[in-house]
Amino acid sequence: MDFQVVILAGGFSSNLAPLVSKEVPKALLPVANRPVLSYVLDLLESSNLKDLIVVVEGEDAALTVGGWISSACVDRLHVEVAAVAENVGTAGALKAIAHHLTAKDILIVSGDIVSDISPGAVAATHTRHDAAVTAMLCAEPVSGPAESGGAGGKDKIKKPACYDIIGLDSSKQFLLYIATGVEVKRDTRLKKSILCAAGKMEIRSDLVDSHIYAFKRSVLQEVLEQKPTFRCLKQDVLPYLVRTQLRSDVFSDEKAVEENGSGHGKNNMQNNDGVSSQILSNAFLPSFHKVYESGLDIRKTHKCCVYIADESKYCVRLNSIQAFMDVNRDVSCFLINVIGDANHLSGYSFSAHHNIVHPSAELGSKTTVGPHCMLGEGSQVGDKCNVKRSVIGRHCRIGSNVKVVNSVVMDHATIGDGCSIQGSVICSNAQLQERVALRDCQVEAGYVVFAGGEHKGETFARK
Amino acid sequence: MGAQKKGGARVSDDSEEQSRQRLQAILLADSFTTKFRPVTLERPKVLLPLVNVPMIDYTLAWLESAGIEEVFVFCCAHSTQIIDYLETSEWRTHPNLVVRTIESHKSISAGDALRYIYEQQTETSQIQGDFVLVSGDTVSNMPLADLIQEHRERKKRDEKAIMTMVIKKSKPSLITHQSRLGTDQLFIAVDPLTKQLLHYEEDKVDHARGSVCLDKSLMESNPSVLLYNDMQDCYIDICSPEVLSLFEDNFDYQHLRRHFVKGVLVDDIMGYKIFTHEIGSSYAARVDNFRSYDTVSKDIIQRWTYPYVPDINFGGNRPVKLGRQGIYRACDVVQSRSAVVGASTVVGYGTKIGNGDRILNSVIGNGCSIGSNVVIEGSYIWNNVTIEDGCEIRNAIVCDGVRIRAGAVLEPGVVLSFKVVVGRDFVVPAYSKVSLLQQPMKEDSDEELEYADSSSGTADRLSGLSLEMESKGSELGPDGAGYIWEVCEGAHDEEWKHSVAPIPEDKLAEITQAMDDYDDMEDESVVPTSGELKSDADSINTDVNDPCDDYGYFEKEVEGTFLRAVEEGIKVELGVLEINSLRLSYNMESADCAGAIFYSMMKLAVDTPHSSASELYKTASSIIAKWKGLLGFYVKQTDEQIEVIMKFEEMCQETAKELGPLFAQILHVLYEKDVVQEDAIMRWAEEKAGADEADKVYLQQCETFIQWLKEASEEEDEDDDEEED
Repeated sequence: MDFQVVILAGGFSSNLAPLVSKEVPKALLPVANRPVLSYVLDLLESSNLKDLIVVVEGEDAALTVGGWISSACVDRLHVEVAAVAENVGTAGALKAIAHHLTAKDILIVSGDIVSDISPGAVAATHTRHDAAVTAMLCAEPVSGPAESGGAGGKDKIKKPACYDIIGLDSSKQFLLYIATGVEVKRDTRLKKSILCAAGKMEIRSDLVDSHIYAFKRSVLQEVLEQKPTFRCLKQDVLPYLVRTQLRSDVFSDEKAVEENGSGHGKNNMQNNDGVSSQILSNAFLPSFHKVYESGLDIRKTHKCCVYIADESKYCVRLNSIQAFMDVNRDVSCFLINVIGDANHLSGYSFSAHHNIVHPSAELGSKTTVGPHCMLGEGSQVGDKCNVKRSVIGRHCRIGSNVKVVNSVVMDHATIGDGCSIQGSVICSNAQLQERVALRDCQVEAGYVVFAGGEHKGETFARK
Repeated sequence: MGAQKKGGARVSDDSEEQSRQRLQAILLADSFTTKFRPVTLERPKVLLPLVNVPMIDYTLAWLESAGIEEVFVFCCAHSTQIIDYLETSEWRTHPNLVVRTIESHKSISAGDALRYIYEQQTETSQIQGDFVLVSGDTVSNMPLADLIQEHRERKKRDEKAIMTMVIKKSKPSLITHQSRLGTDQLFIAVDPLTKQLLHYEEDKVDHARGSVCLDKSLMESNPSVLLYNDMQDCYIDICSPEVLSLFEDNFDYQHLRRHFVKGVLVDDIMGYKIFTHEIGSSYAARVDNFRSYDTVSKDIIQRWTYPYVPDINFGGNRPVKLGRQGIYRACDVVQSRSAVVGASTVVGYGTKIGNGDRILNSVIGNGCSIGSNVVIEGSYIWNNVTIEDGCEIRNAIVCDGVRIRAGAVLEPGVVLSFKVVVGRDFVVPAYSKVSLLQQPMKEDSDEELEYADSSSGTADRLSGLSLEMESKGSELGPDGAGYIWEVCEGAHDEEWKHSVAPIPEDKLAEITQAMDDYDDMEDESVVPTSGELKSDADSINTDVNDPCDDYGYFEKEVEGTFLRAVEEGIKVELGVLEINSLRLSYNMESADCAGAIFYSMMKLAVDTPHSSASELYKTASSIIAKWKGLLGFYVKQTDEQIEVIMKFEEMCQETAKELGPLFAQILHVLYEKDVVQEDAIMRWAEEKAGADEADKVYLQQCETFIQWLKEASEEEDEDDDEEED
């Protein structure tokens, strides 16, 4: 497969403040005590995609991310880190690194995805259909098993405003319509010409675009060149390609270029490609694109395909604090099933209590660590503590009589005696003094929360 | 026997109602359209022969075999003919099917018919439960029992499920956007699990223009929606009694789909639901227009409608023998040895076929006599037609008793109504409709009727008319008889769409071309540009527009119209007409028109590529010079001229800043071209004099010009004075 992989790892996302900081860009936020980027890298490695470009917004972030990558996986993967200016948008980022792109097809993966869907499958679908773009869709995330996912589930129901509306053809292979987030508030308007060509369209609002795309390089670059105003792949480029699929500007140009470039032989090959793609896709009948082209012979079309992940697959983007909490909880839940190798890779032992406690962690007497919890290497928990559905990082010190529920405690955090932490995130090196009660709070890295405070829904950060 | 059963049935049914419901159907023996005119002026549509059998027989035979026990035939136009026919047919004494007739002369739509039935219902309560609603022109062989059962069970679970609608897959042509039955393409949205109908849109405005608009609430409440473009509505509905009362409640429901289905879908207070049922292998189609007449006839000959095919007796028809290549021939046909009868042809009883005839893909009725060397292709010749030697008939419908004299030619798409005579060697032009009756002069509000007053004896009038005709001579050659109907204005383009003749190649090419042009015009911007498109797209969701938005739309439409005028070189007068119509439809003042037109002109100037301000000035002034006639039409009053200036100012400040520096120059051009008068400029200047500093930028720019104007007018006054002296 002639694929180049681009990972859009973002920078210091403001959505995730105060979790991200100078030392920890978004890509390195811990999910079950590993940087989120590592999940993506593992995923790609498992599909044997080892030639990667990681695009990071901002020089500082790029340095940090680069540093981590070289320490973590330089031996396994061939990774290049490219820095782009901040706030250029995904499309802008791709434009900026255009000169790095040489392969026929480009696989673009968002760096904050935690998933077990094989990107290889997306790439395969893409090649099989000879598509201009292939997007991966997955069912709306179900957060964890019923008993732990209750809270998360309710939240999802509360915010129906952000879903995608996606139109598929009857074979569920082609993308006919896409409207994302913002447009959803309006009535859905579907172009009749596409609908007529396809005959039947299934419109789904229970699928989400999961930010893994395969693009034909020529098409992508053509679009980025033609439309300098496009900022976002999801909101601009993809809808544009879908909209124009039956009267393609990009594809015709590309064909002409190729014909000029290498004459007849290439052309033949392309015909063969068409035929073989039809055979490969198991299509009885030629796709509606072909029919449309032959009916109106002047038309050029390009295909927009989808790969719909199985419902049992997991795919969540880490793009909000809520998502961060959910992902942490889910991943620690799913760890044994989903990222099966992870526990022996990272040396955790999986106990009978359905939790993962590192052998070097120390637990005081009468301390319980509930199911679906993680306790990192070298952490110490005092007496009579209660840890439920939480992830605790490495070398944390937790005093006695501490209650940690539904929370994430990052590395090297210190929690004093008698604290109660619910639904909160404590970043690395943060310190909670005695008897602090936190509920739905975020504590910035290195911040000190003074003793005895009772806080609800607050963000602690140095201004 | 019928009467006896009637009495008995009612008593027993009242008591047994709970345990078992009779399967009942309402058959509308009136299409409430004029698509089959002029033929339907003399005979109701349901009695027109379809492959030599009246349409209603197909419907009744199907209902009978599908297990329906009682049919109410609703007759309106030509009701006596229908009742007479049913009286004499074998349906009167059919053992399994009771056919009752309901007669009404006042109904002009399906809605009226159902309301009438409902009113009757309160007196007689004949309809006891769910019923099948079909029209008398339906040809089908689908089983109904299961579907009715399904409907009943759903109804039991969900009180609100009042109707099940039958749909069938049929992909409309990509080019004409018309199904093979000649109906407009249909967009329906269905819930994939429950099959509930969520959206129904018949595409009257045609072509792939614009978009389908699904309500946002639809997407919010359904995780998945199937939107079909390749379905055809069979107009077979399983209805619960609520449907009748809904029609009663909503007295403005006329059309079953356009009003009733839309109404139910939109209304969320009552929350009634309509479900769909897709049929796969069985056949169902409705003869809606001449094209579907052609299509359904062919389907019958090709035996898709089995067992309702010409060689099987299903409803009083005399079966004909099926030979090779789908040639059905009655046993007593007299056929010359030299005549060729080609594939897929039906020839009825007592018909004579002369020497050297060629008959292909056609249906010939009973008792016809066809002379020598006649060519008949793809045509429908009804009963007792006389065709003399050497005629050529292609893709035409020829009704009973027509006489086509030697050497006459019928071009594709011709319809000859009853007893028309085509003169010797006369060529009937394509798509013409010929009748002995004159075309009704002005179609009034009753146009939905097949034939308004059916009670009077049509036969008498007919004979009188034809006599009259012959004495007068006719439009069909010296020895012919009949009027060629003029195509009414609106339908002029549509003629080819619904005719029996296949769509000609050049027409297809034309549409394809039009589509391309449209696409090019559309560009990638989602904002529609052309005038009619906008109104089409918006009629769906913006019935209640707030006025300020209105002006925006109006301006856009005017701009679209203007650009079109520029591109296509439309004359100024025509442009004025178009803009006037827009003005009326948006209820705008002519000052608004002036503003909008001027805006369009300047926008065009700005949008035209230019490298320098002077170039822009040149384009602008040339556009003004060219279109001042159009603008001039709306700037007769000073107020309107001021509006133009204000608009100009607004543009310079907001949308087209490039024009700012040229303000004075262009104002001068406007003055020179007599678009704005001196008075207007002066008054504008006065009005502006009191404004904020920021608002006075352009006024200051024009100061010298205004000064000059003032001086000029003074001079003029002086001149005048001098002259007066």
